[in-house]
Amino acid sequence: MSQDIYVLIEHLRGQVAELSYTMLAAGRELAQGAGGNVVAVLLGHNAKELGKDFAADKVLYLDHALLADFTSDAYQKALADLIGKDQPRAVLFGNSSIGADVASVLSMRLDLPLVSSCRSFTQDGKFVSQICGGKIMAEGELPGPTALVTMVPGGYQPDQGRSAAAPSITEAPVPALEALRVALSKYIEPETGDVDISKEPLLIAVGRGIQNKDNIELAENLAQAIGGVVCGSRPVIDQGWLATSRLVGKSGKHVKPKIYFAMGISGAPEHAEAIMQSDTIIAINTDPKAPIFDVAKYGVEGDIFDLVEVLTEKVQQAK
Amino acid sequence: MNIIVLAKLVPDLVEELTIDPGGAALDLTFARWIINEFDDHAIEQGILLKERGGGTVTVLVPDLDGADDVLFTAAAKGADRLIKLGGDFNGVNNHALARAFAAVVKELQADLILTGVQAHDDLDGSAGPLLAECLQMPYVGYVSGVSINDGKSLLRKEYPGGLLAEMEVTTPAVLGIQAAEQPPRYVAVSKVRQAMKTSSIEEQDASSLDPCGGPTVGRMFQPEAAAHATMIAGSPDEVADKLVDLFKELGVL
Ligand SMILES: Cc1cc2nc3c(=O)[nH]c(=O)nc-3n(C[C@H](O)[C@H](O)[C@H](O)COP(=O)(O)OP(=O)(O)OC[C@H]3O[C@@H](n4cnc5c(N)ncnc54)[C@H](O)[C@@H]3O)c2cc1C
Repeated sequence: MSQDIYVLIEHLRGQVAELSYTMLAAGRELAQGAGGNVVAVLLGHNAKELGKDFAADKVLYLDHALLADFTSDAYQKALADLIGKDQPRAVLFGNSSIGADVASVLSMRLDLPLVSSCRSFTQDGKFVSQICGGKIMAEGELPGPTALVTMVPGGYQPDQGRSAAAPSITEAPVPALEALRVALSKYIEPETGDVDISKEPLLIAVGRGIQNKDNIELAENLAQAIGGVVCGSRPVIDQGWLATSRLVGKSGKHVKPKIYFAMGISGAPEHAEAIMQSDTIIAINTDPKAPIFDVAKYGVEGDIFDLVEVLTEKVQQAK
Repeated sequence: MNIIVLAKLVPDLVEELTIDPGGAALDLTFARWIINEFDDHAIEQGILLKERGGGTVTVLVPDLDGADDVLFTAAAKGADRLIKLGGDFNGVNNHALARAFAAVVKELQADLILTGVQAHDDLDGSAGPLLAECLQMPYVGYVSGVSINDGKSLLRKEYPGGLLAEMEVTTPAVLGIQAAEQPPRYVAVSKVRQAMKTSSIEEQDASSLDPCGGPTVGRMFQPEAAAHATMIAGSPDEVADKLVDLFKELGVL
């Protein structure tokens, strides 16, 4: 039993996820209150050097050929062993493709409480989670003895999780990784589209509010008039209305245009996290309480279909 | 092949959400329950697998308002067996739900269990991986493509930025579906009505609802944004003029 805060580092093909640095910053906040250390937990193979810029008091490094790439089964085994032995005060995971595959399973396996979608901790160590598409926050005491927590971005600056001074790295034992039921076959590279939306200065973004594929043309017309490119939220891409290369968000691209013009997008956290670097976000939405208005600089409470054609015309005239 | 799909009902976010007088939970008195959208994708993926390789699709939902609708809609899409799990599921957490599901699923000899990768009201992890561990099955989430062959399932797992990993999982397994290989199909109301006549819902009672493992919420609130957009008001014509001025100001026109 310790008051340490463990942070599971996520990395893919030699690249540490931004979210892991956010979590190191969160871990620092929590450790200060609890009076423990921030311990970065790094699983990998020949990957020790990834730990050199972690703002952690210590790095626990677990090396095994079967940990070279993430698979849920191997990570669960290695972490169940480590957490069971060390019993830290909390273990932070990303609410991500890696962390979410592991945290829930460990909660059942080790009989430890789990809090998900945590965005920040209060000074007295309470969790604050973001649910219902960013519309509701839930706060509570961090359960014990060891709380497993999955974290979403937004509550801390990733730069605060980086440090120029390399932390001490200790190798930790890896249990037998036998009878694994999940194996990686290969990676499939992202589809490259005709344009790279992460580099475009003017984005016309459409969400589910655009209603159907035919209406995409309205956005295309506006984009053409103003000299921009059309992109969209996940439902729009999942419906096949736009190509995957046009997806903005957690599972797509992070963008940083001069103008991000969002039409019929609610601003769910998985979308919002990817547009925060935009210079100016302008949103149009029929719902005055849509979370997109909390990140937008300018907003229009209104219907896309009342506005977009008039706007396209006026933009054409203004040129 | 025996495919089980678990679907959860969640409050519709289009409706106004309110906090109950106790201040620590959503007021669900007037909630409109809808299927968790990722579970809708899980149903679609289950039906696609059946269409490609045969077998049966069983859909399981907790008994909340709207459960029958979800089940009959699934039947209209091609699900074979519909099970409604009885119990007081209002405000129940995923640990309790997973344990209750596990008790039923154990008897069903599943080859593959599909469920949505997450739901917007999850506060204690998601139902899929919790269930997988209850059943001692492997779990992979963020899945957007599945095939099954010879005691193994080959799937595509999503990572940020559009990167995919192809993974092999021994079956039976639980998969958390992010997106089906094609958008959930549309079924006409008339087909759902038809399904109500031709298919039946089996009811099973949840043995117990044990929420142990989830956190206790002390306070629930609507976030106070650090900033709010400056709203541009007026008729569409006026708004368009103001936006054009804004575009000019920002130097793009
Ligand atoms: C693991 C995971 C990863 C995800 N990754 C991504 C991602 O990369 N990108 C992403 O976008 N999402 C992602 N999501 C999904 C995300 O949670 C939301 O479901 C999604 O962003 C919602 O998209 P939306 O805003 O278009 O739709 P909705 O949330 O349905 O919002 C539609 C909005 O349109 C408005 N509207 C409706 N009609 C009109 C009209 N006529 N005029 C104006 N406004 C109108 C409504 O008021 C509403 O606010 C992910 C989810 C998960 C679980």
